[in-house]
Amino acid sequence: MLDSNKDALKLEAMKRIVAMIARGKNASDLFPAVVKNVACKNIEVKKLVYVYLVRYAEEQQDLALLSISTFQRGLKDPNQLIRASALRVLSSIRVTIIVPIMMLAIKEAASDMSPYVRKTAAHAIPKLYSLDPEQKDQLIEVIEKLLADKTTLVAGSVVMAFEEVCPERIDLIHKNYRKLCNLLIDVEEWGQVVIINMLTRYARTQFLNPNINEGGGGDKTFYCSDEDEDEDEEKEKKPYVMDPDHRLLLRNTKPLLQSRNAAVVMAVAQLYFHLAPKAEVGVIAKALVRLLRSHSEVQFVVLQNVATMTIKRRGMFEPYLKSFYIRSTDPTQIKILKLEVLTNLANETNISTILREFQTYIKSMDKDFVAATIQAIGRCATNIGEVRDTCLNGLVQLLSNRDELVVAESVVVIKKLLQMQPEKHSDIIKHMAKLTDNIQVPMARASILWLIGEYCEHVPKIAPDVLRKMAKSFTNEEDIVKLQIINLAAKLYLTNSKQTKLLTQYVLNLAKYDQNYDIRDRARFIRQLIVPTEKSGALSKYAKKLFLALKPAPVLESPFKDRDHFQLGSLSHLLNAKAGGYQELPDWPESAPDPSVRNVEVKESVCGPARVCPVNTFPTNRHSSAPPLILISASSEPDTGSGSESVSVSVESGSPSDSEESEESSESDEDEEEEEKEKKKKKKEIKQMQASESRARSKPDVSFQTIAPSSALKNYELLHRITGEGLSVEYCFSRQAFSPDANMVAVQMHFTNNATSDTKNLHIEDVKLQSGMRVKEFAEIELLPAGEATTAVMGVDFCDSTQAANFQLCTHTRKFFVSIQPPVGELMRPVFLTENEFKKEQSQLMGMNEISENLTLDAKCRNEHAIVQRVTTAANLSRVPCGSDKECRFAGKTVTSGSLVLATVATKDEGAAQLTVNCEKMVIGTMLVKDLLLALTQ
Amino acid sequence: MIHSLFLVNASGDIFLEKHWKSVVSRSVCDYFFEAQERATEPENVPPVISTPHHYLISVLRHRIYFVAVIQSEVPPLFVIEFLHRVVDTFQDYFGVCTEAAIKDNVVVVYELLEEMLDNGFPLATESNILKELIKPPTILRTMVNTITGSTNVGEQLPTGQLSVVPWRRTGVKYTNNEAYFDVVEEIDAIIDKSGSTITAEIQGVIDACVKLTGMPDLTLSFMNPRLLDDVSFHPCVRFKRWEAERILSFIPPDGNFRLLSYHVSSQNLVAIPVYVKHNITFREGSSQGRFDLTLGPKQTMGKAVEAVLVSSQLPRGVLNANLNPSQGTYTFDPVTKLLTWDVGKINPQKLPSLKGTMSLQAGASKPDENPTINIQLKIQQMAISGLKVNRLDMYGEKYKPFKGIKYMTKAGKSVSSYLFEFLFI
Repeated sequence: MLDSNKDALKLEAMKRIVAMIARGKNASDLFPAVVKNVACKNIEVKKLVYVYLVRYAEEQQDLALLSISTFQRGLKDPNQLIRASALRVLSSIRVTIIVPIMMLAIKEAASDMSPYVRKTAAHAIPKLYSLDPEQKDQLIEVIEKLLADKTTLVAGSVVMAFEEVCPERIDLIHKNYRKLCNLLIDVEEWGQVVIINMLTRYARTQFLNPNINEGGGGDKTFYCSDEDEDEDEEKEKKPYVMDPDHRLLLRNTKPLLQSRNAAVVMAVAQLYFHLAPKAEVGVIAKALVRLLRSHSEVQFVVLQNVATMTIKRRGMFEPYLKSFYIRSTDPTQIKILKLEVLTNLANETNISTILREFQTYIKSMDKDFVAATIQAIGRCATNIGEVRDTCLNGLVQLLSNRDELVVAESVVVIKKLLQMQPEKHSDIIKHMAKLTDNIQVPMARASILWLIGEYCEHVPKIAPDVLRKMAKSFTNEEDIVKLQIINLAAKLYLTNSKQTKLLTQYVLNLAKYDQNYDIRDRARFIRQLIVPTEKSGALSKYAKKLFLALKPAPVLESPFKDRDHFQLGSLSHLLNAKAGGYQELPDWPESAPDPSVRNVEVKESVCGPARVCPVNTFPTNRHSSAPPLILISASSEPDTGSGSESVSVSVESGSPSDSEESEESSESDEDEEEEEKEKKKKKKEIKQMQASESRARSKPDVSFQTIAPSSALKNYELLHRITGEGLSVEYCFSRQAFSPDANMVAVQMHFTNNATSDTKNLHIEDVKLQSGMRVKEFAEIELLPAGEATTAVMGVDFCDSTQAANFQLCTHTRKFFVSIQPPVGELMRPVFLTENEFKKEQSQLMGMNEISENLTLDAKCRNEHAIVQRVTTAANLSRVPCGSDKECRFAGKTVTSGSLVLATVATKDEGAAQLTVNCEKMVIGTMLVKDLLLALTQ
Repeated sequence: MIHSLFLVNASGDIFLEKHWKSVVSRSVCDYFFEAQERATEPENVPPVISTPHHYLISVLRHRIYFVAVIQSEVPPLFVIEFLHRVVDTFQDYFGVCTEAAIKDNVVVVYELLEEMLDNGFPLATESNILKELIKPPTILRTMVNTITGSTNVGEQLPTGQLSVVPWRRTGVKYTNNEAYFDVVEEIDAIIDKSGSTITAEIQGVIDACVKLTGMPDLTLSFMNPRLLDDVSFHPCVRFKRWEAERILSFIPPDGNFRLLSYHVSSQNLVAIPVYVKHNITFREGSSQGRFDLTLGPKQTMGKAVEAVLVSSQLPRGVLNANLNPSQGTYTFDPVTKLLTWDVGKINPQKLPSLKGTMSLQAGASKPDENPTINIQLKIQQMAISGLKVNRLDMYGEKYKPFKGIKYMTKAGKSVSSYLFEFLFI
């Protein structure tokens, strides 16, 4: 049928072949007939042929080569989807001869215009690597190139390739770290998992341990009181400041705890567990508990991880204790894991509730589970002294249970407990001695015998009697019981030889002829040791010491105790053994490696919204060329590695109503815009492709624009025109005195009405502020006709903090939630000082009020002029005249409180420089240092 | 990443295999069968099994084991989550996910698996994209296909994969534009013998069926969003907006999807909608036990409690039960000792009860396990937590959609009442 001319027949034939493959039957004989159809026009036939080809190409290498030319042709197709699928199949054919062809194809695809093809290239990399590991170096080059890609589509796949090919090349990540962090939320879920795991490892090598001041990671004490102390200590030492990049990672991963994908949630949880400061780890508990309501397989994995976490950080899960209560419908393995968690969580305050739960479990019909519960009770009893007696009593009552398994398990646990304080419990030992008549489970019998032997002094009357009974049944016992009988006999012989001498002899004689050589050996050894003869040397003198030495009580430990050296959530952690390809989680470095390696040149970081900027193609755009320029620099800020809280947050809040606010979403908006415009001429599909390609093309231009230094004021977006239904608002800090109130910062707002209808009654309502902050609203704008723009100035007193001012912007129809957040540099106004005044003021602001940082100046910013320009752009300061040309000084005052802010940049050789900021308000000072550092290094 | 996938049915036959890298021999599944034999219950098979060269990660759904073969380190949840996604996709495509359905549609299954994973790494898992690539089989389409010889594979190339909203397919058109939201809440509670609640929690989901033309942008707001303690979203929901305003803003996927699942904080008191009066006793020495159970509604705000199903695992010593229900029917399985009582609707005027005797094995002593009672129920038109949707708005498109919201409460995995005696303390 495959030779037929009709597609329908071919399809039918292919379907049958695929069904054969699916059932695992061998269909390799048909290879030549199938391969012929690789060039078939029918898409479904083609796809099925691909399926077949990928499956059998390895076995029929020569014939498979026939199909290669088809794919090579496909790689040149103008349609990106065809290019991608050709690459996908080509790379899936595991034939060594075509390695060079594959290599070439991957390299080409990696610089393809379409992100989808680039993604496919990323997927192809590990395939080629597994086929021919010698290509590694070349592949790393491709990976490096793809890592620099800025689309979310590619990010996940390339990190996956990175993990498979060269996980040790952590240096490739430096430049892309911030970008990955920022893109993370928009990457598809599977990519998120891979990226988060990789970043965890990266962070472990690049940042300092945030818990370093708390001594050994704060093992078992996770109580509030301890924490307060810790904090006090910290204040004294306080050298640790979290790297802004570390903070960036933690902040950007947190929302992913809300993901529907359990794997993503787990990945974030392990990231927080391994990287976050102790006080912040708690946030993951809630999300993990949520996963417990998922499928039982998910529960199984999550509980394993929770069990490990509870050992280290018990406090975290204590509020969720009840979520770990066992349901009668849980499978046994889940029950046992939950039990483990409950036991780990037990402490003085909740032990009574936990024990009450445990009682219920003992009644369960699932015997494995009951046994595990008894063990758990034993562990609780050893860990928490207060309840030891209660537990012991409870367990003793269980001895009268009719189920033998329960009894046996209790005996074993009681034995362990008794070892801790035998004196008090001779009656329990007596009680157990009685049980020997009934219990059949060998382990339990052995335990009882051992107990009697060990503490025969507490039960002098019963012990010989038990030995007598045992001697009678010796031959019928299990090995482990026999050994204990011999032990018991030996111990009794030493303490009470009068009564037991003959019995011991008898037992030893029986043992001498036992089938098991262990028992024979033991008997021989013991006889030599305890029975005094002429030959026996010095050793027998010490027999008593040997046998009746005080044995340390066993410690009942969780099997999860040492698992945390594996990365949580990994397969290795689950199996408690290293799986192939597992990457060790490195220890924190002693001192932080240079953070500047993550700094990126500005032009490289143009991404996301910057791409939106085919501004020129939108004739309706109301800005002259300057504002979009500014928009780019503002929105690319997080990427340029601002790290500093104030700036990046201000960018995020730029248009709060455009909730996701990510680059992608705004991009999508733009896409739609584009579509609407071009719809008339062309069909959607073609257009979209063009759009993406034109976007790719336009990239270099944009980056060129951004290099131009913008000493102009930065514009921030307050309301995007999509969310504002045509109304768009931008704001900037005009750096002019706000006349109605000198303590306020002037915020200039620029309204543009892009809608087709007029907007009326623009005004502010419902201002929500932090205490102390004030707002002076602008006068209501009565009418903003369609297509027109206007400006207004409002004053905000930020109280010298970077807290956002939230309010509603109302029109006659709608209300929008917006917020304005100032960068710290805008919270000051310039003052003019002379050099002497400056020095005098500076000398009064030493010590705590002085913060200095060493930095390497950006190549483009080595002259005085550039430094002055960058500093004054970042902060509203004025230059102080200065005699030396190695130093630039700036002065300003905070707007509200009028505290002096002094900044000095002292340049040294080869771009090295020192930045010093003196300010009475330390918070302002620290934030300003961060901002200035950023401004000067990039 | 994922190397191969085997589907194993309840009787232990491999009925489908798919390899994404080199072929892994079937014999690797022997380790799985071993573990399966060791486990007493089907769900007790450990999800992760380690073999000398591979690791097997399995998921049991619809009585089919989905066994993935892994060769190197990979987060186990990653694989488990993916397998569940595969099952969901099958269910979405074929309506049911049974061995028969998979065998009937083996080609579609194969095409799907091929698209979902590339070299073991997930590629397209969004059902909207998959449906563009491979059309789900319907009766009509199968007929047309057999007559005309056309295909299931989408003629057009999937543009959705390229778009920035990967979950929505492009070019959606409907004549009737509708959006329906179902708020379904489940109560999970454990109640002790005396009737006091040990734990109770409410979980809810909002399932949506959205059939809207074009690229609608929806916002959904609640009257009382504070109730939601812990939420997880479909990727389409804009997280920042939720953080700031507690409003769900999203561009929905086309068709059915789960918008949100949430948890209502346990601080709020959970009102259990039913109460149980029970009296189950066994007398020492006699081979008879008494069984007496009465149900009644509690705090349901006037809504009827429907589809009530009571089940109880009786002790092993029970041979048979001779009971008399005041309404509904009951069954007792003498092998598994499972008693189920299908009550139906509870009438507050005449409370349903189940009374009678149980016969025990002669000579056996009084069973000491206490039976647990599980109750399932359903309440229409009410979300037990009191969650209410305030309004649904649409932007981005011009037409007026038809909107509908439905509430429902049901019992979760276990509204159970454990009976126990106090042992210590």
